[in-house]
Amino acid sequence: MAEPASLAERAGELAGDAGALAHNLELLARQLATVPATPAAVVGTPFVYELTVFVLAVFVGYHVVWRVTPALHSPLMSVTNAISSVIIVGALIAAGPVGVSFAKIMGFVAVALAAVNIFGGFIVTQRMLEMFQKKR
Amino acid sequence: MSENVSAFFYLIASICFILALRGLSSPQTARAGNIYGIAGMVIAVVTTLLTPQVVSFWLIILGIVIGGAVGTFIALRIQMTALPQLVAAFHSLVGLAAVCVAAAAFSYPESYGIGTRGAIHPSSLVEMALGMTIGAVTFTGSVVAFAKLQGLVTGRPLVFPGQHLINAALAVLLVLLIALFVSTEGAPVFVLLLLMSLALGFLLIVPIGGADMPVVISMLNSYSGWAAAGIGFTLSNSLLIITGALVGSSGAILSYIMCRGMNRSIFNVILGGFGTEGGALAPGAGVGDRSVKSGSAEDAAFILKNAGSVIVVPGYGMAVAQAQHALREMADLLKKDGIRVRYAIHPVAGRMPGHMNVLLAEANVPYDEVFELDEINRDFASTDVAFVIGANDVTNPAAKTDPSSPIYGMPILDVERAKTVLFVKRSMASGYAGVENELFYRDNTMMLFGDAKKMCEEIVKALE
Repeated sequence: MAEPASLAERAGELAGDAGALAHNLELLARQLATVPATPAAVVGTPFVYELTVFVLAVFVGYHVVWRVTPALHSPLMSVTNAISSVIIVGALIAAGPVGVSFAKIMGFVAVALAAVNIFGGFIVTQRMLEMFQKKR
Repeated sequence: MSENVSAFFYLIASICFILALRGLSSPQTARAGNIYGIAGMVIAVVTTLLTPQVVSFWLIILGIVIGGAVGTFIALRIQMTALPQLVAAFHSLVGLAAVCVAAAAFSYPESYGIGTRGAIHPSSLVEMALGMTIGAVTFTGSVVAFAKLQGLVTGRPLVFPGQHLINAALAVLLVLLIALFVSTEGAPVFVLLLLMSLALGFLLIVPIGGADMPVVISMLNSYSGWAAAGIGFTLSNSLLIITGALVGSSGAILSYIMCRGMNRSIFNVILGGFGTEGGALAPGAGVGDRSVKSGSAEDAAFILKNAGSVIVVPGYGMAVAQAQHALREMADLLKKDGIRVRYAIHPVAGRMPGHMNVLLAEANVPYDEVFELDEINRDFASTDVAFVIGANDVTNPAAKTDPSSPIYGMPILDVERAKTVLFVKRSMASGYAGVENELFYRDNTMMLFGDAKKMCEEIVKALE
């Protein structure tokens, strides 16, 4: 009996979240529209666009993480740790050019550090989750 | 691969990461979530390797092989009880990697299309400085947290006069240095900024004590995300921005949950020094005229055997003693006798969020026997035995009754409502908060002095 009720409740919550997200998106879009169309050369990087992505991602993160069951908070930490090593993307570009330079060495170091984290983080998470699996 | 195509694959990788976190909403979907995470990472790396800027691969392969081997080795060897320090160590690596990428972007901005040496776009400079600063703070902060958790330095908060003033001054100095860096683009300023950030990370974590580590680790988790996002802004890479934002908000939420579990504000934790005076309380102090009932393993076995229901309350002491396997054996014997055994987990039990759950899972305790504070707290009143193993402050009724207590207002597990409370403890020493636990002196409490693991093993023997 409890299950349909909790399902309905969750659906309601989800709808609410989606509404909030849509609202936010709309606000941001409006802000975006009001930004005067300056030549790209002056702006350099499309900062407002990046900020939009950032803020929306924070919202997504907020809503997804609140749904994580407290029993899995340790795997949450290790998996976020692993995925934050996606910083390796920046490191690969630094380590990519031909010839040896300071930037390339820095890129190499960062690739190695991030690789420790990626392999270590995902494997430890997998180990933990397997413990939660073999039950009954 | 053209820029649009790689942007598309980065988007797919971002979605994979979101699904990885989404999977953790239940133990059944969590493993699929981890696979999504790995897939996202593979997509991200391969996409980057196919971009036109990347033409030389030998250093990259070398880095991935070395790093991958080290990471795999550590992850397969690590004990689950050492998980908090492992996570702290991993956080420090993310911070350091962010610093390296910022340095690379500063010395060779052409790779990233953010300008040329000496003429980097001002907005990129700001983002670079922020990413580097947060990365450096994460690095040294995590190293200190690691040292405390590993026991390399004392877990006691280290406080000295003028501490907060120094930190505040350092923070102001950082802002000024960032401004100077943006206007001059000088390499010496970059180095100075790096050194000051490293110092700040160190000073921020040093005053925070061992049992506040769940908050610290979550906070550093959050910082590592913000550092990645900062680098993402610098490089105009939406994948990095999205992932950084996900990780940053995740860590922030965990910090909030941990703070709520102790009824303290995040500022209170960051300012540190909690539990300094009382923490030094000598074992046995304050016993005075009150008497404590202590029992043997046989007594405990007798009480447990005659109970109808038992709730186990594990704490950091269980982790230190590695008692989880012996505990589960004990619970198995009780269950065989038809006794209902459940576990109650306080949000801040252990040294990182969810620490106790992982240890119990490691010992093969079914997760449907493990409950959070809100789910089980009411049931203590109808329970025969509360078996507290290695926990103290989270059961202290002073949190509800004594407004002068440092832990007043903290949500606690109401073990005192159970008919009998069994306390496995090494000595009468007070808990981390330095508060005496009046539960020890109650008539329905029996203290079981000894190492948690040994005590469980002895109880198992007595039950058999």
